[in-house]
Amino acid sequence: MKIVILGAGQVGRTAAYHLSREEANEVTVVDTNEDALRDLQDRLDIRTVAGNASYPTVLEAAGAAEADIIVALTSSDEVNMMACEVAYVLYRTPTKIARIRSAEYTNRKELFSEEALSVDVFISPEQLVTEYIERLIRHPGALQVLDFADGKVRLVGVRARRGGPLVGRAIRELKEHLPKADARIVAIYRAGRSIRPEGDTIIEEGDEVFFLAARNDLKRVMGELRKEDGPVRRVVIAGGGNIGFRLAKALEKENQVKLIERDTRRARKISELLENTIVLNGDAADEELLIEENIDSADVFASLTNSEEANILSAMLAKRLGAHKVMALINKPSYAELMESGSIDIAISPQTVTIGSLLAHVRRGDVVRVHSLRRGAAEALEIIVHGSDRSSRVVGKRVEEIRLPEGASIGAVVRGDEVIMAHHDTMIEADDHVILFLADRRQVEAVERLFLGAATR
Amino acid sequence: MFGVAHVLGSLLAIFGATYALPLVCSLIARDGQAFTFIIAAGISAGGGLLISFATRGHSRELKPRDGFLLATLSWVLMSASASIPLLIAIPGLSFTDAYFEAMSGLTTTGATILSGLDNLPPSINLWRHALHWFGGLGIIVLAVAVLPLLGVGGMQLYKAEAPGPVKDEKLTPRITETAKSLWVVYTFLTVIGILALRLCGMSWLDAICHAFSAMGLGGFSTHDASVAYFNSVPIELVLMLMMVLASLNFARHFVALRRLSVRPYLQDPEAKAIALVLTVSVPGIALLLTINGTYPDFITSLRHAAFNVISMATTTGFVTQNFEQWPVFAPIWMLFLTCITCSTGSTGSGIKMFRTLLLARQAGRELKLLVHPSAMWPVRIGGRPIPDAIGDSVLAFIFLYFMTVVVLTFALLLTGLNFDSSFSAIIASVNNTGPGIEAVGPIRNYSELTPIQTWICTVAMLVGRLEVFSVLVLFTPAFWRK
Repeated sequence: MKIVILGAGQVGRTAAYHLSREEANEVTVVDTNEDALRDLQDRLDIRTVAGNASYPTVLEAAGAAEADIIVALTSSDEVNMMACEVAYVLYRTPTKIARIRSAEYTNRKELFSEEALSVDVFISPEQLVTEYIERLIRHPGALQVLDFADGKVRLVGVRARRGGPLVGRAIRELKEHLPKADARIVAIYRAGRSIRPEGDTIIEEGDEVFFLAARNDLKRVMGELRKEDGPVRRVVIAGGGNIGFRLAKALEKENQVKLIERDTRRARKISELLENTIVLNGDAADEELLIEENIDSADVFASLTNSEEANILSAMLAKRLGAHKVMALINKPSYAELMESGSIDIAISPQTVTIGSLLAHVRRGDVVRVHSLRRGAAEALEIIVHGSDRSSRVVGKRVEEIRLPEGASIGAVVRGDEVIMAHHDTMIEADDHVILFLADRRQVEAVERLFLGAATR
Repeated sequence: MFGVAHVLGSLLAIFGATYALPLVCSLIARDGQAFTFIIAAGISAGGGLLISFATRGHSRELKPRDGFLLATLSWVLMSASASIPLLIAIPGLSFTDAYFEAMSGLTTTGATILSGLDNLPPSINLWRHALHWFGGLGIIVLAVAVLPLLGVGGMQLYKAEAPGPVKDEKLTPRITETAKSLWVVYTFLTVIGILALRLCGMSWLDAICHAFSAMGLGGFSTHDASVAYFNSVPIELVLMLMMVLASLNFARHFVALRRLSVRPYLQDPEAKAIALVLTVSVPGIALLLTINGTYPDFITSLRHAAFNVISMATTTGFVTQNFEQWPVFAPIWMLFLTCITCSTGSTGSGIKMFRTLLLARQAGRELKLLVHPSAMWPVRIGGRPIPDAIGDSVLAFIFLYFMTVVVLTFALLLTGLNFDSSFSAIIASVNNTGPGIEAVGPIRNYSELTPIQTWICTVAMLVGRLEVFSVLVLFTPAFWRK
């Protein structure tokens, strides 16, 4: 697939990295900053073009005429929208994705309707990250909470802790413990390595367990794996940028939110926009301030500034001062790995959160949703099955009959409004939403082919 | 280090596959050399696979510095592999001479150390010319085209081998695809050339060999007398056209063929400069030859001047006349042209027209700055401003290039060779041209050199083909420091 990425910022670079390592993709990156491009060109097997992303000559040079997808990820909403418009008018590019941050635009759906702006999909990384953190806060104890089928099914990552009834026992006992709830453990990571979950696999303390469950059953399943955390009440947010502000806005109704912002003017501005949040003007790494504001009674401390180093340090400090659980926004995968193994409870990687929404459009077949897991090593997909039992290698088959590649497993099937946890004898029907878990991202192509068999023939 | 060896092994193994070409030729011509090539292919492929297998645990992504080591080592090793058939098939040939011949072939120098070319087995002759063809666009570009597993490492490798200062220009986003596109264009032009030469009356073997030689800008011929053997104007015209095409940037050919338009050439500042240099030099030297009375009339002068000047300027090295007998201005001018003419991304070597233009513009800027000390004058080529970093690297290149020429010329002088021979031999070797003057002149060849002199020229060819940097960086302490 020929992909043109506009903008070599944080998100653009990650997108280029993830997309170009899949052999089938040919990626071209456009940016005005030639140094950034040179750096990128040295690391990835891509083409780069320097210039303003919305200019026709630049798009032409980047191969927009032959491109299958244009992904506009520059820092300017206006350039992104314009670039999509130009690409559509001049080259009829089939899929145009734009990053649009400002709610001013995204709130007016009619702007993106058929006859209006030629943006097929808009993504707002800040919005996605905010929602992600919000879900984490609402599900205390989870490392990751990902939505499938409009939230009917959720994939949750949890670290098993002593006190959970299922810890130290075999997976198949889950059924006996919770006869009513339907859940399926799709992956276990022990000391960073993937373990194939079988009925007799014993869950050990410290395992990272991923399970799929209907929304209502989540809590009970999590309670099996660790002692239930109390609901979150007091939240302290460090950094009043885009994400920090949105998060405070989303949480302030139900929680006690304190937000620490260093810049006086910004602090004043968000204090005007927020109603129930206490906005504090100061440094999140200031011990005095944290103690003064009772950090030791905070249920969650989320460090969400632009600087990942500052996030790491202030989160570590908050943890030491007694915050119950600390999260930090960390861009560099290597930092995230370092931190999650000890000092910080949850490292949030904005790129991994965002990249999934891009990957869904690059995948062949009717892929509705892709979630990148474990910093891109694993992937969870939601695919709609098409065709009949004759044309498809999936439809009309029982789960055990489908020849999935190594490391892939079908976790759940959503049929209309019904959520069915996949068992070996579950029958797949046409138009089902199948939720798959891939322990190894490199198997994606094999899975695509398996499900495509339907669409092409 | 083992990571480099692992890739090196697979490159060698791939190189082993190229022996299929002379092998088929040998079977068709029944010249009894089939076994020679089977042995050589076996050694190359077997050795390569062995190395690759022994280091299989060390497979990893290549780092930028690995590219240089790998490029240099693969040229050194592939030349050694390519000399095996020559050693087997030609009795009495020393390893020094066989290695020189192979390196001369792969680097598209075209300086030969063999005589009695007309009587060599056809498959051996084809092998010599095939080396030109593989080496012309670059054996690593070939490997990158067929070895997609190199990934980003492929780009590092490609950069270590690709000629010219601007190496980030990719035709397609994937380096493998870029390499494939280049090879498709290259093969296409070569096939057209073979058919044209055949139509002009060459035998199939001669047509294939000379097309390989002309497209790779090499200079080997199947005859001791080189192209003079044919004494045919149409053949000379076809070869001239091929040489000029091969001296242009293959990325332009690709775009021009895809759009079926000549505009890419017209917009290429290098192509324009090459056209200018040739349209001034050819009639100029023809006029000089007429006035001097070397040839009876202007048309004859023009014919010989055109062929020999183009052949030398494009670093090919075909000869039809003993241009050493021409007024001394002509051969020296031709040696000068050989240094500067070829385009970035062509199959030729030397300084490259891009660098020549850049240096001229940069010098011009310095002169203008004397008049307007606070003016901003970006250096432009073809209207596009060139980043200062490229200018700096070109300055460093030109210094290293001339120092290489100077040092190696002194080395030859030290062995007792006279100045004209030493200097022209080094110029002809570093630029991968072939013929020089005096001892290495157009009607003589490198067989008169002593073994030490031969090795010096071999080194010069390698350093010139890999554009100095890739080889010299290996001799800096910083490269080896962990």
